[in-house]
Amino acid sequence: MSERQIELEVLRYDPEKDSAPRFQTYSVPCLNEWVVLDALNYVKENLDTTLSYRWSCHMAVCGSCGMMINGEPKLACKAFIHEYSDKIRVEPLAHFPIERDLVTVIEDFIGKLSSVKPYLIPKDDKPISAGEFKQTPAELIKFKQYTLCINCMLCYAACPQYGLVPEFVGPAAIALAHRYNQDSRDGGRDARQEVVASNEGVWECSFVGACSEVCPKHVDPAGALQQVKVASTIDWYKEHLMPWVKK
Amino acid sequence: MEIIQTDIAIVGAGGAGLRAAIALAEMDPKLRIALVSKVYPMRSHTCAAEGGAAGVIKSDDSLDLHFNDTVGGGDWLSDQDAVEYFINEAPKELIQLEHWGCPWSREPNGSVAVRPFGGMKIKRTWFAADKSGFHILHTLFQTSLKYPSIQRFDEFFATDLLVDDGRCQGFTALEIRTGQMKQFQAKAVIIAAGGAGRMFPFTTNGAIKTGDGMALAYRAGAPLKDMEFVQYHPTGLPNNGILLTEGCRGEGGILLNKDGRRYLQDYGMGPETPVGQPVLKTMELGPRDRLSQSFWHEQQKGNTVSTRWGDCVLLDMRHLGEKKINERLPLVRDLCISYLGMDPVKEPIPIRPVVHYMMGGIHTDINAATPLPGLFAAGECACVSINGANRLGSNSLTELLVFGRKAAMSALAYMQSGLSTAKDAALAAQAKDSESRIQALFDQPAGQETINGLRQEMMHTMEQGAGIYRTGEGLAATCDKIAELRQRYVGISINDKSRVYNTDLMQALELGSLLDCAEAVAVGARDRKESRGAHQRLDFTARDDQNLLKHSLAYYHPKEPPRIDYLDVVITKSQPGVRDYSGAKK
Repeated sequence: MSERQIELEVLRYDPEKDSAPRFQTYSVPCLNEWVVLDALNYVKENLDTTLSYRWSCHMAVCGSCGMMINGEPKLACKAFIHEYSDKIRVEPLAHFPIERDLVTVIEDFIGKLSSVKPYLIPKDDKPISAGEFKQTPAELIKFKQYTLCINCMLCYAACPQYGLVPEFVGPAAIALAHRYNQDSRDGGRDARQEVVASNEGVWECSFVGACSEVCPKHVDPAGALQQVKVASTIDWYKEHLMPWVKK
Repeated sequence: MEIIQTDIAIVGAGGAGLRAAIALAEMDPKLRIALVSKVYPMRSHTCAAEGGAAGVIKSDDSLDLHFNDTVGGGDWLSDQDAVEYFINEAPKELIQLEHWGCPWSREPNGSVAVRPFGGMKIKRTWFAADKSGFHILHTLFQTSLKYPSIQRFDEFFATDLLVDDGRCQGFTALEIRTGQMKQFQAKAVIIAAGGAGRMFPFTTNGAIKTGDGMALAYRAGAPLKDMEFVQYHPTGLPNNGILLTEGCRGEGGILLNKDGRRYLQDYGMGPETPVGQPVLKTMELGPRDRLSQSFWHEQQKGNTVSTRWGDCVLLDMRHLGEKKINERLPLVRDLCISYLGMDPVKEPIPIRPVVHYMMGGIHTDINAATPLPGLFAAGECACVSINGANRLGSNSLTELLVFGRKAAMSALAYMQSGLSTAKDAALAAQAKDSESRIQALFDQPAGQETINGLRQEMMHTMEQGAGIYRTGEGLAATCDKIAELRQRYVGISINDKSRVYNTDLMQALELGSLLDCAEAVAVGARDRKESRGAHQRLDFTARDDQNLLKHSLAYYHPKEPPRIDYLDVVITKSQPGVRDYSGAKK
């Protein structure tokens, strides 16, 4: 197993002590099969117990360990050491305030996620005793991709528009609204449109597509945003040019 | 100290905690519900469950079959009244999730699809590809956002229960971002804070699985039940313990030793079944304890494959073909390629058993109530017990739904039963003690002990003495070692003196939880002089129904090892029998 000495340059910030963020460099003996999270854990266990960062599953499903690695938003548990040179810079996710070291304040994202009513608003009521709603594999495929978001927020860190206009509801939340809108069991699109189709909703998106590029789960939020835009445009035309046609 | 007044407070916001919160909000919209977790709900480890959730829905299945599979799979240590309640409620809970939008995989006609799982006589595992736990967790989290009465306290670490007048009346919790202690007052508390797999070095469990909920209840006097039963999942990636779901074998994957032999046939699970046509409840679809134990024997015989990550056997899925693997096991393929650099479509994957699940936990009755009035528990942190000595794959996701809801119902009934008025001064004094305990970690001068040093020694001794096969001698050594570590733990200090998001402090507290739980595992195992399910003793190889058809109960002592007591198993209709996973049965 080949081992490499990596210079890990980590952003440090303790609001109780530091007036501004600074960088601290650790020299870490890394196995080539390691991910950046393994290197951080090595630091935490052996070099400096004061370093703070979030992590849990180490298998890219809990979404805790999103951070900027050499300037790109990545999951630390899926950023392989062998893909980097001997110097790796690690910073907290861009566009979010820093709480401490690599830990960001994510309340804004959580609020936006809640604002799009990301839950099934059933078309028809059905008691449990009547069994499951039928949904064919073809109907499932229409929205399945958008259910795969792990809320890691890499797309917000990559989105230039969210950096400029923090009110923008953003890729993951809009993709999640779209997920429920596309679900054959759902009848809640109108209720979601209020947020999703607002000025801070899809119309803020400048379609750079960076969100889809960084998504570790291939959710393609950019695709979802474009579909929402098209659907919202059709709504507008129907409403203003053909008021006699029901949505 | 700020006091947060609630009606019912829940510790843990994974599957069981969220299910409990939603149940409470639906039963009474006026309730003040506090959902308190050391992580944001979607980070909870429910998200890592892959295979699926068991519940009888198909016409060829029956509640009796699910009952028999569960009780036999648990080597008759399950409480049969609890199992009966569980299997009855299971389908309703899974349909409820479907109504909340869970993207279950489907049959061509639109009905929910089921897949085969180990130890099950009939296909009954509902699944959402191989990300079932992830989808269950996110469906519950997103659904919980509908209810304004669920007030979340994300990233609050519960430190101590408040017990006065003989009942649990809340807890203290550290707000991680500020380091401030808060007092949560509640008429009832539900603990749903997951397992403690992190006491072992090689585990599928995420970093957060440190037994904090178990330790909370244990230190407050509620016993831990059946802690000696630790489940090894037979198929973990050898380099980092990442789980490859049982669905791999359910879909037809086979296990091979270094000679390419399907060695399970040599351990009472034969005869060999045709490759790619899995037969239920035999060979690769035997139960997890038997499969993990077979690995150990193969290793002893020198039949394992030697890899740079240690001894392995091979999980061969190549015959399933790329299309089926992509459709049914996309995460498995991604994990193998990403973390091992191997593609299951093209080559067999080296795997070995890995610590996965604690059958034991906080002792509860069939109503999810602990012996401590006002305290309820559900999910992996609890032991009802439906899982007995060995949990069947896909029963735990259903369990957290069924008993998460049950805990909510019981807590509400308890709250409405007419409780004495809380004595604020008594609770405040306890909260102050809890705060002082945390402060001591800051104030203690730096000594010899490090958190990581103690943690490494704990994990090492647990693997040495309390692994797949155990001996009296090995367990005695592990018990001594854990007792020593608990003493040394008293001397630890933290280097990080900041109040803001102090993970040094969190890890110190988590280590304390793990040590308490580890001691209950080791002492329980040392005292159980028989082999049953996941607890296998080389010095007591037979099951002893005469003396040990009993649950163990570990009672906490602050300085000494736990006192172990025993409780009869509830048998209603299935007398202990032989667990036969040979293909020749019937």
